[in-house]
Amino acid sequence: MSATIEEVETQRTEENYLTADYGIWSWFFTTDHKRIGIMYMISITFFFFLGGAAATLMRLELMTPGGDVVQAETYNKLFTLHGVMMIFFFLVPSIPAVLGNFLLPIMIGARDLAFPKINLASWYFYMVGGLFTVWAILAGGVDTGWTFYTPYSTMFSNTSVILAVVGVFINGFSSIFTGLNFLVTVHKMRAPGMTWFRLPLFVWAMYATSIILVLATPVIAVAMFLIILERSFGVGIFNPKLGGDPILFQHLFWFYSHPVVYVMILPGMGVVSEIVACFARRAVFGYKFMAYALLAIAVIGFLVWGHHMFVSGQSMYGSMVFSMLSFLVAIPSAIKIFNWTATIHKGSLSFDTPMLYALGFIGLFTIGGLTGLMLASLAIDVHVHDTYFVVAHFHYIMVGSAVMAYLGGLHFWWPKMTGRMYPEIWGKLSALVVFVGFNLTFFPQFVLGYLGMPRRYYEYPAEFQVLNVMSTAGASILAVGYVLPLIYLVLSLWLGPKVGSNPWNATGLEWQTSSPPPKHNFDVTPVVKEPPYAYSEERNLT
Amino acid sequence: MAGRVDAIFLALIAFSLFFTFAICFLIIYFAVKYRRGSKADRTTTAHSGALMEFLWVFIPFVIVMGLFVWATIVYYHQYRAPDDAFEIYVLGRQWMWELKHPEGKKEINELHVPLGRAVRLTMTSQDVIHSFYVPAFRIKQDVLPERYTSVWFRPTKTGTYHLFCAEYCGTRHSGMIGSVIVMDPVDYESWLANGLEPESMAASGAKLFRTLGCSGCHDVNSTVRAPLLDGVYGHPVPLETGQIVTADERYVRDSILLPKSQVVAGFKPVMPTFQGRIDEDELLKVIAYIKSLGKNVRVER
Amino acid sequence: MTDVAHASSPHLAHHFEDMGQQRASASLGMWTFLGTEVMFFGGLFAAYCAYRFSSPDAFRIASRHLSVLLGSINTAVLLTSSLTVALAVRAGQTGDRKEQVRYLLLTMLLGVAFLGIKAVEYSMEFKDHLVPGWNFSYSVLHIPSDVPERTAERTELFFVFYFFMTGLHALHMIIGIGVFAWITHRARRGEFTPEYHTPLECSGLYWHFVDIVWVFLYPLLYLVDLHK
Ligand code: HEA
Ligand code: HEA
Ligand code: HEC
Ligand code: CUA
Ligand SMILES: [Cu+2]
Repeated sequence: MSATIEEVETQRTEENYLTADYGIWSWFFTTDHKRIGIMYMISITFFFFLGGAAATLMRLELMTPGGDVVQAETYNKLFTLHGVMMIFFFLVPSIPAVLGNFLLPIMIGARDLAFPKINLASWYFYMVGGLFTVWAILAGGVDTGWTFYTPYSTMFSNTSVILAVVGVFINGFSSIFTGLNFLVTVHKMRAPGMTWFRLPLFVWAMYATSIILVLATPVIAVAMFLIILERSFGVGIFNPKLGGDPILFQHLFWFYSHPVVYVMILPGMGVVSEIVACFARRAVFGYKFMAYALLAIAVIGFLVWGHHMFVSGQSMYGSMVFSMLSFLVAIPSAIKIFNWTATIHKGSLSFDTPMLYALGFIGLFTIGGLTGLMLASLAIDVHVHDTYFVVAHFHYIMVGSAVMAYLGGLHFWWPKMTGRMYPEIWGKLSALVVFVGFNLTFFPQFVLGYLGMPRRYYEYPAEFQVLNVMSTAGASILAVGYVLPLIYLVLSLWLGPKVGSNPWNATGLEWQTSSPPPKHNFDVTPVVKEPPYAYSEERNLT
Repeated sequence: MAGRVDAIFLALIAFSLFFTFAICFLIIYFAVKYRRGSKADRTTTAHSGALMEFLWVFIPFVIVMGLFVWATIVYYHQYRAPDDAFEIYVLGRQWMWELKHPEGKKEINELHVPLGRAVRLTMTSQDVIHSFYVPAFRIKQDVLPERYTSVWFRPTKTGTYHLFCAEYCGTRHSGMIGSVIVMDPVDYESWLANGLEPESMAASGAKLFRTLGCSGCHDVNSTVRAPLLDGVYGHPVPLETGQIVTADERYVRDSILLPKSQVVAGFKPVMPTFQGRIDEDELLKVIAYIKSLGKNVRVER
Repeated sequence: MTDVAHASSPHLAHHFEDMGQQRASASLGMWTFLGTEVMFFGGLFAAYCAYRFSSPDAFRIASRHLSVLLGSINTAVLLTSSLTVALAVRAGQTGDRKEQVRYLLLTMLLGVAFLGIKAVEYSMEFKDHLVPGWNFSYSVLHIPSDVPERTAERTELFFVFYFFMTGLHALHMIIGIGVFAWITHRARRGEFTPEYHTPLECSGLYWHFVDIVWVFLYPLLYLVDLHK
């Protein structure tokens, strides 16, 4: 199976998934999971930079205590746009819909996902949802925050709430379709010999993620639907004057949105497991525990949503239960951190770009997660709820960890997806820039938050300025760190050196087929004979 | 209270630093020691992974549950106001805070309180959800429309402290700020006397009680059989349904707006609703009056 | 029923190994989809329960106005249609083309009857000015004068849920009937054989699910105050 690079290059005719068909329609009507993954990649990149541009403006505004760059209305629309784009249209689909789509069937030795047409439909739903949201922006923007809290969103805001909510609603179908497809594919389409405990952890992560996508997304659909009803007809569902309960919306919203934070992080954990094993040339320590931990997070994650509502007026005993469960959900995360560390032990480590991102992930996720524990502590959350402490917590996890994992995965599988290698030097440099810029941006926000600066503030007392300036400075470095990969990855499509099927000498079925893979992934259905991560001395060729 | 919250916070920081440093140290140490090409010993002993896994599930579990219990106890005390607290009424609206002292003095975006005395805020909103946040006291509580929430604090140092609205409430959310001014009790008294509004909350409530016609039924001399309200507040009330509820603000408010929803045991549901006839401001006053009727044991007619 | 026959079936999509795998995938996919539907209606039921709990009187008063008779007839109609679907699927398993078509048509007929009765109910409620956000007024509910206005106002909430939930249910029915139209077409062409009848089976599952939703809606909406 392990052909040398030269052999591969001569063996392969030009026939791969990219060259199998030509023309724009061969993309728009494709049912090939790999092409759909690429289409997702292009679209989420667009939404990421849109959200990033909003962040840039916000950080500029926050450089001074007064309001000078934009108006208060505009600022409120900016953070709403930023949150909605980044969560619903970038981070939720990022790893699952791009890397998962591309790799999951190949990793389990299947020719495609179980329902290729539904997979294509998911991309269209995603795009239509995105367009509605962009339309909402063009129609004047939305100023409710990504949480759409009632009764503000239903009775008081006079911005394009409905358009944005419709966008989020439609986008929900794309999540459901992706999740459904992954679940069925993992269950039914594994290659001969690919038993459950031979699945790479990335596949396990996708599986756990899909459970959440399938079960949680319908609930936000209900919440969004009710907002539309209430806002269009004023029937009183969330209007306390007519007997409605604004808190009910928060319950529905967080019932989705808490589990969905694990949709954003579990795939990252999967990616990091692959990368760490490959660059440490060791099997992941405690493989089964890692798989169970993923499932445990997905399941317990459904029971902790009330920790976003400690000061909302929910019952005190309810808060206590939610707090305890939030502490519990940290345990499986701890297992993962410890096992990665143990994997590195006695490995043979090299520090290529993907590994740098993975190590960055471990460090930043530790910080983000441990501050999550502080938020889960009732007494502390009363103080720091809705302050920059929360903002820092979730950026540490979502930007510091999840985006890092996405970038790491992108670099790791880039040669597989495109058949070309990016310039390693630039890769390492931008990983470093991202790491430094990130910490400079968001660490000061922990301090700001504990000092009491509330979030969603367009102006703030002057005493908070120094820390805010640091944060803005960091954000500009971070922007450079994100623009760099965009440039060199795109350039590598033409300038990068061609690579063989397995440039990292990794295990895993995806590395046994050519780069880029042929249209149906494998010429012969592979038969799996060994557990994953069977790294050994002979494989340590490079 | 601030001290107790900070103590947990510091403990959690210590705990987090320990784990962060431990993990970063191990990663860097391994990264150097086991870098590719190094001569480190890589022979693995076939030790049982399961034992390790058990240890690093069990130890964090114990620590974490300890932290949970600690934080929850402090929270419990943050939540329960002491009995000697005096009451201030807070009305949030886009985008200002209206605060009313029991003596009737009204302030906008500023709250003067005496040093050392527990203060309990009874809060409601006229429009959307706001959140009353004083970082220096480590307190925060959402303020909801058509509902009362409360929060309490005991200032321990004179000075001026930030008051923020912490729940996003629209365009000028960041302008919905003010300050809490903690004064020496003596200064506070003179501040209070200075420009005191002619009437206390309770006194205006007493007037309303008459003008709205409540006294027609609830007065001792009334011919309608209605419960006396002296001492109701803060005490358990048996209901027709067999339930026993405590007469808090919410209960009194509901009794006035939705009398049919909670009928006192032994009485007929004849009390009309005052929905639409009484506004938030007046409600607060009537409630203040009913509270002022003392906490003496309930007089049965 | 040999595997060789499966592998060469014209219905086998390129990415499956054999018909067994394809059928198992389709049915697991359908079950998963129904799982999402359960969560969707579950969210609504949770919201309904929250309000039923906070305004019990209003819900009782409002529910009295619905026609238990029509609701019960509809329940019977729908349950019968579940039976006919089951028979159609059974006919699919035996490959009896005529039976398939007959039972499918019968199911669609019952579905249309359900929607017709529902439409009658809707139009009555419309005439009575009970459509929230459109022409709502609780005057027809003959609310006793001792009921506070606030409770009376909350009857609107009941009707919000009534229209929203039955409306969504009806939408599911319409989609179901549309799907059956297409399935019937395929059945008539004799596409469903003992070897291959997955589409028939999956659409049958869907129809059963829609029925089950109604089995929950019926008591929650119509029978709130039956003992009076
Ligand atoms: C990917 C996203 C993501 C992830 C994975 C998490 C993970 C966690 N989050 Fe976070 N969170 C958000 C995204 C995320 N969060 C967002 C977006 C918000 C704000 C939403 C808004 O209001 O706009 C938020 C808000 C938020 C709140 C509400 C704050 C408030 O508004 O007042 C709380 C409170 O409990 C919380 C807790 C937690 C906990 C306990 C975890 C745990 O899962 C973390 C577990 C991880 C670890 C614990 C670290 C690893 C372990 C070790 C290093 C070993 C040592 C550990 C032990 C011994 C236990 N989060
Ligand atoms: C995946 C999720 C995600 C990601 C990646 C980010 C990325 C960033 N976020 Fe995030 N943020 C959220 C999710 C995310 N955020 C959410 C959910 C909220 C809450 C919203 C709410 O309250 O409703 C929030 C809120 C939020 C706030 C708080 C606003 C407030 O409460 O008032 C701030 C403030 O600093 C901030 C900053 C940033 C910065 C600097 C980045 C950087 O990492 C971004 C870096 C990227 C770029 C900078 C783009 C690349 C550069 C260019 C395209 C240059 C060209 C630009 C111009 C010419 C203008 N974010
Ligand atoms: C027509 C007579 C009538 C009028 C007018 C009336 N009430 Fe009542 N009220 C009653 C009766 C009878 C009850 C006991 C039955 C019940 O709980 O509904 C009662 C109960 C109460 C209770 C609960 C008492 C308890 O013991 O728990 C409160 C509080 C109250 N009323 C306040 C008011 C206020 C304030 C007003 C004026 C704004 C008012 N009432 C006007 C007849 C009246
Ligand atoms: Cu009031 Cu924010
Ligand atoms: Cu959460």
